[in-house]
Amino acid sequence: MYAYDELDRTLINERVSEFRDQVKRRLSGELTEEEFKMLRLQNGVYLQLHAYMFRVAIPYGTLSSKQLRRLAHVARRYDRGYGHFTTRQNIQFNWIKLAELPDALAELAEVGIHAMQTSGNNMRNVTSDQWAGVAPGEVEDPRIWSEILRQHTTLHPEFSFLPRKFKIAITASEHDRAAIKIHDIGLRLHKNADGETGFEVLVGGGLGRTPFIAKTIKPFVAGRDILSYVEAILRVYNQYGRRDNIYKARIKILVHELGIEKFAKEVDEEWKQMDGGGLTLDHSVIDEVRARFSYPAYEKLPHMPDELKQAAHDPLFERWRKNSVAPHKVQGYSIVTLSLKPVGGPPGDATADQMDAIADLADKYSFGEIRVGHEQNLALPHVAKRNLPQLWKALDRLGLATPNVNLVTDIIACPGLDYCSLANARSIPIAQELTRRFANHDTAEMIGRLHINISGCINACGHHHVGHIGILGVEKNGEEFYQITIGGRADENAQMGALIGPAVPYAEVADVIEDIVEAYLALRDRPEELFVDTVKRLGVEPFKERVYATR
Amino acid sequence: MRLVKNGRITTDLFVHVAEGAELPGDGAILVPAAQFLADPEAVLKHGKVGVIWPNNRDLDDLVPYLDRLAAVALVFPSFRDGRAYSQARLLRERHGYDGELRATGQVLRDQFVFMSRAGFDAFEVKKDADADAFAETVKRYSVFYQPTGDGRVTALNRRMQLRHSESAGQ
Amino acid sequence: MTSPLEQKKIKITGPSVVTGNRTWDGAVVYRTAKQGWSTALSDAAIVSTSDDARALLAESVADDVGAVGAYIAPVELREGGMVKPGNLREHIRSKGLTIDLLPA
Repeated sequence: MYAYDELDRTLINERVSEFRDQVKRRLSGELTEEEFKMLRLQNGVYLQLHAYMFRVAIPYGTLSSKQLRRLAHVARRYDRGYGHFTTRQNIQFNWIKLAELPDALAELAEVGIHAMQTSGNNMRNVTSDQWAGVAPGEVEDPRIWSEILRQHTTLHPEFSFLPRKFKIAITASEHDRAAIKIHDIGLRLHKNADGETGFEVLVGGGLGRTPFIAKTIKPFVAGRDILSYVEAILRVYNQYGRRDNIYKARIKILVHELGIEKFAKEVDEEWKQMDGGGLTLDHSVIDEVRARFSYPAYEKLPHMPDELKQAAHDPLFERWRKNSVAPHKVQGYSIVTLSLKPVGGPPGDATADQMDAIADLADKYSFGEIRVGHEQNLALPHVAKRNLPQLWKALDRLGLATPNVNLVTDIIACPGLDYCSLANARSIPIAQELTRRFANHDTAEMIGRLHINISGCINACGHHHVGHIGILGVEKNGEEFYQITIGGRADENAQMGALIGPAVPYAEVADVIEDIVEAYLALRDRPEELFVDTVKRLGVEPFKERVYATR
Repeated sequence: MRLVKNGRITTDLFVHVAEGAELPGDGAILVPAAQFLADPEAVLKHGKVGVIWPNNRDLDDLVPYLDRLAAVALVFPSFRDGRAYSQARLLRERHGYDGELRATGQVLRDQFVFMSRAGFDAFEVKKDADADAFAETVKRYSVFYQPTGDGRVTALNRRMQLRHSESAGQ
Repeated sequence: MTSPLEQKKIKITGPSVVTGNRTWDGAVVYRTAKQGWSTALSDAAIVSTSDDARALLAESVADDVGAVGAYIAPVELREGGMVKPGNLREHIRSKGLTIDLLPA
């Protein structure tokens, strides 16, 4: 966990004062909505269907128990008692009042939480994966670099009015859990042949109307040069990104229109002229940030504690353990995923009571730390294996132990037309129905890893393009229809899914998904072949045939 | 419109020359880029000359004249269009320009801090109330994460200084 | 984002209202015939020609201290003068979420 110091806290507080003044001037009419809109977006305040929506930053998905309790408090005091965790590791509150926002922000600031740049045409949350710092096999903790980048890009005077939003993700593992290839800049931390730590830099990934997989612009940038290199990319984008059409304003369009070679040349020229530009990172500076990350004082624990041996007799515990518990880099510990996808529930939501309870469990079992994943689940990153049985019982009571992580009912969905003014169709009720259809855990386990992603409109906040099954809400003659794709992936083998046929109406979506799953079960060459691999092997046609045979 | 320079509302000594208009007899003039570049030597004979540079044009053609210009005016066609921030920083930090650097266009209170940090020292402020609030507004922040040409110490540097003085004191 | 006013061709296909969100708290509101905003759809001024719609929208947008994000929305007129939301989006704005928040 990164410890904010007085300087960080001062900045957050100064930001809160500034926003308080801006809200005051808005409510008095001194600022028009046109002038205020960009200011409120820079503090994560959207206007949605029913109300304002408030997106709070959870930098690289790491929270302390104290912070989680404060989020619960905000949910109760300023909202309707719940929050929604997003596909970029943030949290959203859906019913916030503008007039009360400065107070909510002040209360969050007390525990080092802010909402800076969670919206607007600036640098958004620099995400990583929720297992950062504890997963086996990581080069080093990528969150150190996320924090360095976060600080550099917060209230950056040159890059606060970019052509459009800008998203960076960092991975330090072979298996990319941070989806770097669908980000504006993706960074893959690794060591080169000389043992130096640095980044493969990818640019121009993104979903939405014009999805692109990011391309490698430089195979290796040394750690000390990453800030200057990112600055060079941003400067080229700031000056040449399109500003005439918001649908063509992301960096992916610039990269596509120039071509990656020409774009790389522009960046290299700028970088050369910068000549460091005061942004070359000294070892001492990197160490300073690294030192402010605290890690638990892990005990020396056995690989297989007695408590676990005994609990193995309980089939329900075992089922949960096999599904939701992942290996930790320290022996005797594990990473526990808390599923926020209960059968019939809206995916990714947690009530204030649940948040408080999770904070208590984090204190008791996870050194006070919680993680937020882009699949809209939470994690407790430092759980001693001997505590797993007790933890499980507690989570089960709270409805947070559904053993469906990475399975068909672990659905990623945007808020959709129930909340969002951009949406064409609803996504949450589709997700809820799907969890009911596949509620049987034996069935879900038999199906195996299967990521369903649902977006209520082409803005793709549900990342449907890269879902194993992707569902996109569209509007047809005032009715809700859904386009369905299969075979997408968000990891190191990222690719877009392929359409299986014409859009289907709301009432038929769950049936179609069931048909697709049935087709997979019939077509897979062995039980271990994942859905997404069967699609890769056979293509879309066999699925298309089966699904549309009777439609 | 009010001109704020060096933190205070001041009278504007420069006259904006309209596109294609004749240059006034004397006094300081702000000339559109195209007109300036058509015959820079002739324009520079006027004495105190500033150039209004569009935000969608590279600075390369302006750079050779920087040391003879009294002012450069950059443009924010909308406050949401941030290209002039890059231009400002390049002028100050890469090309060493130290004359007046003026922000024009839709210049509003909530961008003053960013603009100052990017190197602007003169502001054609759209609203009188904003101009009046300038001095107070630029004091909104005391902590800055990233280095620009404004010379302010960054948070990282302040931390390093603290560390060194701590260890030095031991 | 395009301002509603920039849509020179505002064509309505039936009875319509102007709706937005109240500035201070974001509540869904409807423009009344008395230059005000009301949370009750029944208080909304109803327009039936594109010209009237455009005029109502223009004066609504000018009142952004009261409410923001104003646009024209369809309604259905029922027997006895009851006004109902004219599409799913407006139905959701008027009635609320279509989902249960707790697992059902």
